[in-house]
Amino acid sequence: MHIVVCVKQVPDTKIIKINPKTNTLDRRSAPAILNPYDAHAVQEAVKIKEKTGGTISVLSMGPPQATAVIKKSVEIGADQGYLISDRAFAGADTLATSYALSKALERIAKELPIDMIICGKHAIDGDTGQVGPGIARRLDIPPVTNVIEVTEVNEREKTVLIKRKLTNGYELVQSEMPCLLTVEKEINDIEYSPMPNMISAARYEPIIWAVDDLENVDRSQLGLKGSPTVVGKMFTPPRPEGGKKLDGSADEQVSQLMDILMEKKDLFTLQSTK
Amino acid sequence: MNLDDYRGVWVFIEQNDGKIEDVSLELLGAGKKLADKLEVPLGGFLLGNQIRPLANQVISYGADEVYLIDHPVLKDYRTESYMSGVMLLAQKYMPEIILYGATPNGKDLASAVATDLVTGLTADTTMLDVDVDNRLLEASRPAFGGNIMATILCKKHRPQMATVRPKVMKALEPDAVRQGKIIEEKIALNEEEMRTKVLQIVNDVTKKAKLADAHVIVCGGKGMGDLQNFQLIHELAETIGASAGGTRDVVEAGWLPHEQQVGQTGETVTPKIYFAIGVSGAIQHVVGMKNSEFIIAINKDPNAPIFDVATYGIVGDAMEIVPKLIEQFKKLKAEKGGELSYA
Repeated sequence: MHIVVCVKQVPDTKIIKINPKTNTLDRRSAPAILNPYDAHAVQEAVKIKEKTGGTISVLSMGPPQATAVIKKSVEIGADQGYLISDRAFAGADTLATSYALSKALERIAKELPIDMIICGKHAIDGDTGQVGPGIARRLDIPPVTNVIEVTEVNEREKTVLIKRKLTNGYELVQSEMPCLLTVEKEINDIEYSPMPNMISAARYEPIIWAVDDLENVDRSQLGLKGSPTVVGKMFTPPRPEGGKKLDGSADEQVSQLMDILMEKKDLFTLQSTK
Repeated sequence: MNLDDYRGVWVFIEQNDGKIEDVSLELLGAGKKLADKLEVPLGGFLLGNQIRPLANQVISYGADEVYLIDHPVLKDYRTESYMSGVMLLAQKYMPEIILYGATPNGKDLASAVATDLVTGLTADTTMLDVDVDNRLLEASRPAFGGNIMATILCKKHRPQMATVRPKVMKALEPDAVRQGKIIEEKIALNEEEMRTKVLQIVNDVTKKAKLADAHVIVCGGKGMGDLQNFQLIHELAETIGASAGGTRDVVEAGWLPHEQQVGQTGETVTPKIYFAIGVSGAIQHVVGMKNSEFIIAINKDPNAPIFDVATYGIVGDAMEIVPKLIEQFKKLKAEKGGELSYA
């Protein structure tokens, strides 16, 4: 069983600041972290490997410092990791990203055939969720998105049983392998890394590939050039006028609010249950 | 690619078990505005098994044309089967814009189709417009989980595609006598060749659905300080028979499960009454609740953006205000001897 997990280094959006003059991200303001959904993806691979054995590889695309998220993945339990890093990849939207990653996956598969690819549901900096299904299409394997449970992996039959989250519940899906899953956070809890993992992560040197290390690459599909979408403008939406601010002491404000609510009979009524 | 070969605005009509999802009807409303500006027909496309009876509903909500593919293999949504259907329709009829609801299935389908059509796709849009002169879709969304909107354009590829958040756009009033054209296409699909099987669909109307359907929501933000103070949110919710919700920060801090997150990456909610307590009002949160009917904000910071969308605001310390509110409601219930209910 060979599982490849795609991971991304993202700025911690809880902390990131926007420069109000230029409307651009002040990336220095936020620490770079392993995308939280991807951490769950690695953890799920570890859980599957505990049952089936095999190898977990991770793959990322980004600047050289993105090796940090590969080391973090090794800490969670991945065996090895690849980073594709090249100026040619820069400025990629989701279409160009899935193209570059699929080329790297083809190379990884040549060394060791892949049975399953796992991605986080989305990255917290872009929030799109489009790269996972895009990779699946490019490799012509079935995608199963929004996975909340990997119920059973049948290596002999090459099938996997999955619970997939829907708007109003979930569905039980059986997929052939190889396949690509994107996982929700609720799929597992991240476990504390055992000490040997921490040590191997500290020592681990990820394999770094440039665009020339990949085969059959159409450069026009990479990076900014290969990205059909562009950011037209960034703006702060006009602030609506807002409503009325209540005044007075805390007690006065609360009592005013109670009066307002009780007057709104169309919204709010008190019904005797006696 | 000759961009002028592409004409028309299309909406993916998502149906589950023969019922059209609300977001698809909302998108017909939004799509109609775009189509009118571009002076092209609005199309709805519909895939499934025995779904022909739904075509008239699509027309009544604003479509001029309904494209449909009816096939037993299309009974339940699967990426492979649905995308082959959409590819067939999009390549034959070449619409310039395609909108999908940002539901699990809508996002999955749009991502796959964008890859095969080699075109641009904007995720989780909350504002739509068109630049009529250049026939460009302007799809805007909150960016970087934060306080800024980005307008995404797809200048040189067609169709221009976007997924759109549920409950953000407004559906038109259905017009039962509205006339439209129904165009049916055939597709060759074989169940044996499908690599995925849907074994069971379980409708689970627990917390998540409860939040989306709640009449009253009490939402707490980071301003509550810690998990212990956050219990006040639960207590107020319980007292008035509301559902408790939280911001992204609150969910990431582990104070609430993800099902109870309101905002761009959580639920979009439109309750009758929404309490935002200790919530600053980041755009990614506001897009998920601003269509609530009556919004009450409680925040220490008088400049917090949440007050911009609030119907009534209280500037003050939630730790002081909320216990008083709870006390008042409890008193009221004891006096009148009943439970609060919501019309």
